[in-house]
Amino acid sequence: MELFVSEGNPHCLKVLAALEVTGVQCSVQYVNHEERVVPFLSRPTLPALLLPTGLHLFSSNAICRYLFEVSGQECSEFCNQWLEWEATDLQPALLQALYMAVLQGKGSEVSTVLQGPLKFLDQSLSKGGMPYLTGVQYPHVQQFYLSVFSEHKSVNGWFDRVASIHSCLSAAQKVLQGKGLQGMKSYMQRQPAPQSSQGRNTQPCNCNPIEVSARLSEGKRNILVTSALPYVNNVPHLGNIIGCVLSADVFSRYGRLRGWNLLFVCGTDEYGTATENKAREEGLTPQLICDKYHAVHSSIYKWFQIDFDFFGRTTTEKQTEIAQDIFWRLHKNGFLVEDTVEQLRCEQCQRFLADRFVEGICPHCKYPEARGDQCDKCGRLINAVELREPQCKVCRQTPVIRSSKHLFLDLPKLETQLEQWLEKSTSTGDWTTNAKQITRSWLRDGLKPRCITRDLLWGTPVPHPDFKEKVFYVWFDAPIGYLSITANYTDEWEKWWKNPHQVELYNFMAKDNVPFHSVVFPCSLLGAQDNYTLVSHLVATEYLNYEDTKFSKSRGVGVFGDMAKDTGIPADVWRFYLLYVRPEGQDSAFSWADMALKNNSELLNNLGNFINRAGMFVTKFFEGCVPVMELQQEDKKLLALVGWELQQYIQLMDKVKIRDALKHILNISRHGNQYIQVNEPWKNIKGGDTERQRAGTVTGVSVNIACLLSVMLMPYMPEVSQTIRNQLNAPQSCVSTMLQGNGTFVCSLCAGHRIGTVSPLFQKLEADQIEALKKRFGGQQVFDVYDA
Amino acid sequence: MALRELSSLEKYLGLKKPNKYSTQGDKKVPVLQNNNGPPMLGLATIACHLAKEAKRPELLGDTAESRAVVQQWLEYRVTKLDSCTKEDIKFILKDLNLYLQDKVYLAGNRFTVADTLMYYGIHPLIVDLAIQEKEQYVNVTRWFDHIQHYPGVRHHLPPVVVLKNRIYTSRHH
Repeated sequence: MELFVSEGNPHCLKVLAALEVTGVQCSVQYVNHEERVVPFLSRPTLPALLLPTGLHLFSSNAICRYLFEVSGQECSEFCNQWLEWEATDLQPALLQALYMAVLQGKGSEVSTVLQGPLKFLDQSLSKGGMPYLTGVQYPHVQQFYLSVFSEHKSVNGWFDRVASIHSCLSAAQKVLQGKGLQGMKSYMQRQPAPQSSQGRNTQPCNCNPIEVSARLSEGKRNILVTSALPYVNNVPHLGNIIGCVLSADVFSRYGRLRGWNLLFVCGTDEYGTATENKAREEGLTPQLICDKYHAVHSSIYKWFQIDFDFFGRTTTEKQTEIAQDIFWRLHKNGFLVEDTVEQLRCEQCQRFLADRFVEGICPHCKYPEARGDQCDKCGRLINAVELREPQCKVCRQTPVIRSSKHLFLDLPKLETQLEQWLEKSTSTGDWTTNAKQITRSWLRDGLKPRCITRDLLWGTPVPHPDFKEKVFYVWFDAPIGYLSITANYTDEWEKWWKNPHQVELYNFMAKDNVPFHSVVFPCSLLGAQDNYTLVSHLVATEYLNYEDTKFSKSRGVGVFGDMAKDTGIPADVWRFYLLYVRPEGQDSAFSWADMALKNNSELLNNLGNFINRAGMFVTKFFEGCVPVMELQQEDKKLLALVGWELQQYIQLMDKVKIRDALKHILNISRHGNQYIQVNEPWKNIKGGDTERQRAGTVTGVSVNIACLLSVMLMPYMPEVSQTIRNQLNAPQSCVSTMLQGNGTFVCSLCAGHRIGTVSPLFQKLEADQIEALKKRFGGQQVFDVYDA
Repeated sequence: MALRELSSLEKYLGLKKPNKYSTQGDKKVPVLQNNNGPPMLGLATIACHLAKEAKRPELLGDTAESRAVVQQWLEYRVTKLDSCTKEDIKFILKDLNLYLQDKVYLAGNRFTVADTLMYYGIHPLIVDLAIQEKEQYVNVTRWFDHIQHYPGVRHHLPPVVVLKNRIYTSRHH
C-alpha cells in the first residue's frame, strides 16, 4: 500500500494526519504536483492511495475513511454528513480563498468567500457543544489555513484543539515546509482558476499567469533583489549562473529566513540585434525565438532551484510603457541631445549595419579582417566608418555611409547629481569593492553623452515623431526591464520602484555590467525625476573560468545550460560547489577535480557524515527518540562555539559575503564531528547509567546542531536542507526562528521528539566518473541545439 | 432533482414508508427530516442512510476497500459531476471510460449505491452524446446501459438508447 503526496498541496494535510493518527502501515512517497499517479485520471490528482489490490483512491476523504476503517474506527452517519459538506461546500470555498490569498495577494478579502462555510461550522460547533466534530474523525475537516481568518470563536477553539494534535502538526510541517500559505504557491499555480474568480491572463512566459500584489511592510526591511537579466539568446553557463541568478537566489532565500519582506525578480533580456539575426537564421520571428529561448532559461533556473518571485521578459507592453515614459521625462527635463551619426548601411540587406557586421581593413595596421568596433590584430578601438574596403558580413556588398539622427543621454549634465547620489550610496551600502572601483574609473575618464537609440526593428519603439523608425538601444532599455518585469508581477510595482526611502535595492551581476548599473541607468532614472528607487547595494562578481581556460560555446568548452542536469550530479551539489568557488575578490575557476574533492571531503565526510551519525545514533541507540540532555561544561562550550559561528554566518550573509558565510556552516559540522569523536557515544551507550546519559546528551546535542545546520544550509542547498528536516521530523517553527535578530541557537528537538528515517545525504563522486565528465566538457563536443 | 433521485432510490430499496424531504440553500441540498434526531443533510449521506435503513449494507461495499471506493464515487458525483462545466465533460467521460475498462461496476464486483447515484448524475451528459461519442466512450456507455436496465433503478429517468452494433468503424478508443 502506498500513499502519494506532494509538498504544498493542502489536500495532503488530511491524509498525512490520518495516517499518523491511525498508525496504519503504509509507505509515503513525495512526488511533483504534475505526477499522474492514478492511471485513469487525465489530470494529475494528489493525494492518491494505491491499495493492496492495485486499485487507486483519489479522493482525500475516501483515503482517510479507508485508513480509519482499516484501523478499526468506522465512520458514523454524522461523520458522513460532515465529510460530504466538507467536499461540496468547504473545499471549493477554501480553494478559492487560497487562490486569492496565495496567488493574488488578496488575503484580506477571503473573509467574504469563507463567510458561509465558517458560519455554518461555527453554528454547528456551538450547538453541539462537543470538543471535536465527530469524535474520531476530526482530521477530515483539517483546515490549517483557516488560522489566517479568525472571526468565529467556536471555530477558533475547535481549530486550536485540532491544530495542536501531533499528527496534525507533523502533517502541516511536511506539507507546508514552514512556509505557511506561501508553501502552497507552486501547487496553487498548477490548479485551474476557481470558477467564480476573475482570472486575468498576463503574458506568455514559462510561469503560470499570476498577479500578486507584493505588499510593502511597515515594520520589516523591504528588500528588492534583482539579478542581471540574462540575454535570451545565449544559453547560460556556470559562470553566468554563479555571477547572477545563483548569488541573488542565495541572498534572497536568506533574506526571507531573516524575516525581511523580500521581492526577487529577474527575466530574459530579449531585444537587440542578436535576436534579430538569430530569427533570420532560423526562419522564425524574433518573438518566437524569444519564446523558445525564454523557456530554455526558465527550465535551467528551475532545475537549479532558483526561487524567483517572478521570472519575466522584457518584450512586454509594460516595458514599452515604462521605457517610453522615462524617455519622455528625460526629454522634457532637457537631458536628451540630438546628433547625427554616420553609419554604414547595406543597401542590399536594407539595414544599418551594427559594428560587428562590418568587416574591412584596419586603418592602422592593415589587418584585413578587422571588425567594425575593434581590430582583432592590433586591438585598437575604431569606428566602422573608418574601415578601408568595408564589407557587409552577411551579403559581402560594400555598404554606404549614411547619416542618421540619434538621441543621446546627456550624462555630463547629470554628472553632479550622479556623484552626489553615488557618494551616499557607496558609503552607506554594501557595494562590492570591484563595483566601486569600476565606477570610480568610469567617472575619472569623464562621462560622455551616450547614444540611446538604434536603427533596428526588434526593440522598444522610440515614441518621438522625429525618430519613429528607431528603437531604444538595448543598454538604455534593458535595465528598465527590472521595472517592467515587476510591473507584470504586481500592480503595486511603483511602491517598490518609486520608493527610495522604504525600499533597499540589491543588484546582482558580473563585473562587466557594473557601469551600466552604477552610472548609465541611475542617470536615466535621476534625469527622469520621478523619485525612482536607486541601487543601494551593488554586488558584482569577478569571472568564473573553466578549468584553465574560458567557457566557450562555439568550441564546446565548459558546462552550459541543462548539461548540468545530464551529469547525474544533483542541483544542490552544483549549487554548493559554485558558491564555494564564487569569484568574489578575484577570478576563480571551475575544476572537476576540485568539485569532486569538495563534494567528498566537505559534503560527504564533513557535513553529511556529522548529520547522518547524529541521526543514526538516535535511531540505533535511543529507539528513534531524542534522548534527555544533561549539559556539562564541555557541552556548553560547544554550544557557545556553535552560537558564535552562527552569529558570524549572519553578520557575513547580511553583508552578502556568501562564500565566507558558507565556511561557518562547515566549521560547525567540523566541531560537531570532533565532539562526537571525542565523546564516543557508541562506546558509552554500552556502559553504566552515567555513561549512557553522556551518550544521550552528546547525541541529543548533535542532532539539534544538525537541525540548526539544516536551517543555515537552506539558502545554499534548499533540497538537502529540507531533506534533513524531514529525516529529523523537525517542526516548521525552527526554520523561522533561528536566523532572527543576531541568531539564536535554540533546542528545537527536545527530549522525546521522535525523528524520521535517517539516510545518507550525499554520494561520493568517483575519480573515473569525474574524468569522464571532464573529457566530455573539454572541447570535443558536437554542436547541439543551443547553437548560436 | 436530488429529491426525485432519493425517491427512486427508496423505491429500489423497497422502503415501505417514503421519508419526508426538504431542500436547503440555493444549491438545493436535500435534507431528511428525522423524527428522532437532527435533520440529515446531503445527497450521498442520505443515500447511505437509506441503504442502511433498508438493511442492505452490501450496497455500500462489502470490503473496507470497496467501501472506500463507493464513498469516493459518491463524493465524485456530488462534487465534480454536479458542478461540471462544458469543458470538464470531456475529461470526466475520458477518465471514467479508462476506469471502467476492466470493471463491470464502479466498486468491487457488485452493484452499489455508487452505481445508482453516478448513473443518475451522469444521465444528462449521456443523453446529449451523439452516437459517435457514445461509441468513443464505449466503456461508459456499456456500464450506463447495464445500470439503466438494472431492475428497479431507472424510475424517474427516461431510457437512453444504446445501439448494440457499432456504426462507426472502430478507431482505437
